[in-house]
Amino acid sequence: MYGVFLSALVAAVLVADWDRIQRSFFQVDVMVEMLPQVLSIAARNTLIYTVGSFVIGLILALILALMKLSTIKPYRWFAITYIEFFRGLPALITIILFGFALPIAFDGFRLPGGTLVTGSVALGVVAAAYMAETIRAGVIAVPRGQTEAARSLGMSSSRALYSIVLPQAFRIIIPPLTNEFVLLIKDTSLLFVLGTTPMTKELTKFARDFMQTTQNATPLTVAAVVYLLITLPLTGLVRRLEKETAKAR
Amino acid sequence: MTTAVIEIRDLHKRFGDLEVLKGIDFEVDEGEVVCVIGPSGSGKSTLLRCVNRLEESESGTILIEGEDITDPDADVDKLRTKIGMVFQQFNLFPHLDVLGNLTIAQTKVLKRSAEDAEEVARRVLERVGLTDKIDEYPIRLSGGQQQRVAIARALAVNPDMMLFDEPTSALDPELIGEVLDVMRALANDGMTMLVVTHEISFAREVADRVVFMDEGVVVEAGPPGEILVDPKTERARRFLRMVEQR
Repeated sequence: MYGVFLSALVAAVLVADWDRIQRSFFQVDVMVEMLPQVLSIAARNTLIYTVGSFVIGLILALILALMKLSTIKPYRWFAITYIEFFRGLPALITIILFGFALPIAFDGFRLPGGTLVTGSVALGVVAAAYMAETIRAGVIAVPRGQTEAARSLGMSSSRALYSIVLPQAFRIIIPPLTNEFVLLIKDTSLLFVLGTTPMTKELTKFARDFMQTTQNATPLTVAAVVYLLITLPLTGLVRRLEKETAKAR
Repeated sequence: MTTAVIEIRDLHKRFGDLEVLKGIDFEVDEGEVVCVIGPSGSGKSTLLRCVNRLEESESGTILIEGEDITDPDADVDKLRTKIGMVFQQFNLFPHLDVLGNLTIAQTKVLKRSAEDAEEVARRVLERVGLTDKIDEYPIRLSGGQQQRVAIARALAVNPDMMLFDEPTSALDPELIGEVLDVMRALANDGMTMLVVTHEISFAREVADRVVFMDEGVVVEAGPPGEILVDPKTERARRFLRMVEQR
């Protein structure tokens, strides 16, 4: 088996037109030309979309998780419906919903702050569905005795939740939440459908447009490298955090 | 006449089809130490947890200094600050250091200032002999030390009475003594204590009264000299024989 794999690999390397690959994907003058804007606009916008949607998603997710854990049935029903709905749909549908469907349906409906906000809200709404389940799992993982000890000291149930249970729950779920952050970085590439203006383009859209003007594939390489520069350290961090959590038990 | 600080009347509790408490009556007077003993599954821990309403009872009343904690309108959070509770599994807050464990209820519930809370924390920590551990996190402490911090945490809100739910059952044998010493000192200081325990020798030495429970009822109650030496019922005799054989 190894032999087959190895010879296929060698054959591919020999057959490949390296000169052509270099010209299309690693054109230095294209890199130099696009670099200032990649950093000042594209990467910046990708981070704005990611952080914006993460914060919005986290706040919504916390509310949803508490609703799903609530003893009040309508709260639970709402949370379950929300989570199943937005987890079941392609993220692209939700993005189009916020970017085009709602403005068409309710003429003039527009979130303040333009595309940067619309994109962040759309992605945040989707991310909340996933993060709500993560937060809920974290809350459940905190032993019951913690709540009992807090209540026995006279804390109300909400005080016990905020001072005792949630701090411990968030410690447990830092690795999966970081993972969610990495997924969001990549999902920001879906925001190209919003037809973003020159100042609100994120990495993927920026690279695609740049490819069109230069008729060269190098911008895609640059975008990929920038993504990896952000995501690889983070996934490494997740691995380390997971190892530490495992050790702490 | 001394007044009862805990007064339990005709208390019933069931888990599904299983009736765990079948009409419990007894009271604990101010400054009194009452030890509840009995086989596992007899309902002792459930009874204790009903007293500060961590467990809801079906019927009956529990008066805490005259106020019925089972009343739906009772201010349970406020009543609980009068009742310190110590758990079998310590249940210290692992994300807070010892000082944080001792001050959080003081500042968040009693609204004491941070300085006042810290002063109280140092004082109660001295009572359990652990002042040097004030900056440690619970995970760095031995089981015995954790339980002593848990006792200090309960004391920090100045309760009028303390509940102990098998406080030494989760401890290695060599660590039991230090926790019992702290409890003994508390009893000598006049703290009202209701203790569910398997430590018969502790009950014999410290308790003013011993309550023997079995199958959800109080079978016998009286001074340790009677209950633990010459029990009237066959059930109590059998239980004591089994415990002493260990």
